[in-house]
Amino acid sequence: MATTQETPVARRLKSIKHIIIVCSGKGGVGKSSVSAQLALSLHASSPTARVGILDVDLTGPSIPRMLGLDGHGVHQSSDGWVPVYADAASGGQARLACMSVGFLLKKKEDSVVWRGPKKNAMIRQFLSDVRWGELDYLVIDTPPGTSDEHLSLLEHMAPVHSRLSAVIVTTPQAVALMDAMKCLSFTRTVNLPVLGLIENMSGYVCPCCGEISNVFSTGGGEEMARREDLAFLGSMPVDTDLVTLLDAAEATKSEDMPDEAKLREQSFELLQRYQKTSSAKLFQNIVDKVVQTLPKVETLIPSA
Amino acid sequence: MIAVQSAVQVPDPLSVPSNAPEHCPGTESELAGKADACAGCANQEICMSNEPKGPDPALPLIRERMSTVKRKILVLSGKGGVGKSTFTAQLGWAFAADEQLITGIMDVDICGPSIPTILGIASEQVHSSSSGWSPVYAQDNFAVMSVGFMLSSSKDAIMWRGPKKNGLISQFLKDVDWGDLDYLIIDTPPGTSDEHLSVVQYLKESGIDGAVLITTPQEVALQDVRREIDFCNKVGIRVLGLVENMSGFVCPNCKTESQIFSPSTGGAKKLAEDMGVELLGAVPLDPRIGMSADCGVSFLDRYPDSPASTAYLDIIDKIKQILGDE
Repeated sequence: MATTQETPVARRLKSIKHIIIVCSGKGGVGKSSVSAQLALSLHASSPTARVGILDVDLTGPSIPRMLGLDGHGVHQSSDGWVPVYADAASGGQARLACMSVGFLLKKKEDSVVWRGPKKNAMIRQFLSDVRWGELDYLVIDTPPGTSDEHLSLLEHMAPVHSRLSAVIVTTPQAVALMDAMKCLSFTRTVNLPVLGLIENMSGYVCPCCGEISNVFSTGGGEEMARREDLAFLGSMPVDTDLVTLLDAAEATKSEDMPDEAKLREQSFELLQRYQKTSSAKLFQNIVDKVVQTLPKVETLIPSA
Repeated sequence: MIAVQSAVQVPDPLSVPSNAPEHCPGTESELAGKADACAGCANQEICMSNEPKGPDPALPLIRERMSTVKRKILVLSGKGGVGKSTFTAQLGWAFAADEQLITGIMDVDICGPSIPTILGIASEQVHSSSSGWSPVYAQDNFAVMSVGFMLSSSKDAIMWRGPKKNGLISQFLKDVDWGDLDYLIIDTPPGTSDEHLSVVQYLKESGIDGAVLITTPQEVALQDVRREIDFCNKVGIRVLGLVENMSGFVCPNCKTESQIFSPSTGGAKKLAEDMGVELLGAVPLDPRIGMSADCGVSFLDRYPDSPASTAYLDIIDKIKQILGDE
């Protein structure tokens, strides 16, 4: 194993303490929004926490949009690609680094039509060529399924396997739970410790009368967690404020191409605006559980 | 019906011996035989030889099999979870409601097959006969094929890289005894990757009649639809139109409509105008749609009075019109 220690990926990821992979079998259950919330909450958890977020959904990157970073580009430095910092304008040191294939596209309508080997190469570059610097947490947002991207991630990060863990996101419907189950089978096969399960879109509060409708039924995630002996991290209701916030409605209202400085100002506000949503408070509990569980699951695997 | 020499074995997707190494760049790739992974592969010499690679031997078989299929429709969306499979199922049921028509659904979402559950036939299995694999019949005139029918447990995860997924898709097209079909609806996974390229490539000669794109109203989903339209243009597939799903929610208590996924950038309507594609319709979010899908019953049959059912039927009529079948 001595040789695998020295791969470029291992060298680059040496300075990252914890790596959290957000996955789900099914698409559209809120992986990206959970990843974004996880990154924002971890960032806010301490005034010095340094967080990175890597979007490996190559054919449908959503993270740039969600963090209000649409239109930014990646710069090259002698020490590798410089990630885009979401809090670049916050005064002090920028400590929310972000990387996505969305930053590499010239136009946002451009489709990335790639087969597996190219995706694999891109992921390897993301892991080995991005200048993350010292990070406390790296959150990795994945595409749906259990295919190329996931296998590549796990393979390239094998030298740092002892610092990996996963969070599974699902919605309460049977169809989504079935796919979450497949995702869980995947994590077991590749020996990836699971921090727990998050049930997303669990109920919707009518803004008019306050009635809670279970748009996608409810409780399925908790039951699955119990059955499979997983930690249940919490359930998140559908929060229209959050949807609007992560959809960056404000950012698009400003006409003509906003300049770099303006973009930065908006993304700086993002965290403050996020903390005002009702989801932020609920998510805080989830993050607390994640932070508590991290050392436990990571010691389970003997470090390579 | 096409007879094959010997019955084609229904594979167990979890134990298929992969002739190709894990990182096989694909036999069509320029790197074929030259990539690191090719070292030691039994096929390396064939791949390395500079002889022009002939067309995929599966192509003539696919063409023959598909010659008895009148219409081939793709259901696409860039983003996941917007309702591709639900829409595919409703479309299938609606076509199959006409007893004169024979409809088929092919689910090429290999890592997350939902079609068997949504159609309520999750416990069925695929059998092989001398004329190929027999699809599962949801109704007498409604054939369905999905990798979900081949797994012994719904918990099993299929962890495949591209080349293996492509292999299965080509088998779905050449080895499944589809018979005479009026419509073949193809449900795809999210994104624009292996599965999509393969389907398009394999069906190039037989011709795809068009693609229906599904989206939800928020910008994050619309972004992905723009990419999907770009994909359709790149590979030359006609876009039949755009369906906006989960558009507005009517509270069952106070009947007020609210937007769960608010169209912050104008929704599908604006996108359709901008990109010059037709907006087929908008389907409101009805919790009973998801419930019907979980139970495997047809939403259209169960709740014909719901505004969502009306919307679905209008969209389906429009699709038929655009295809010139009415």
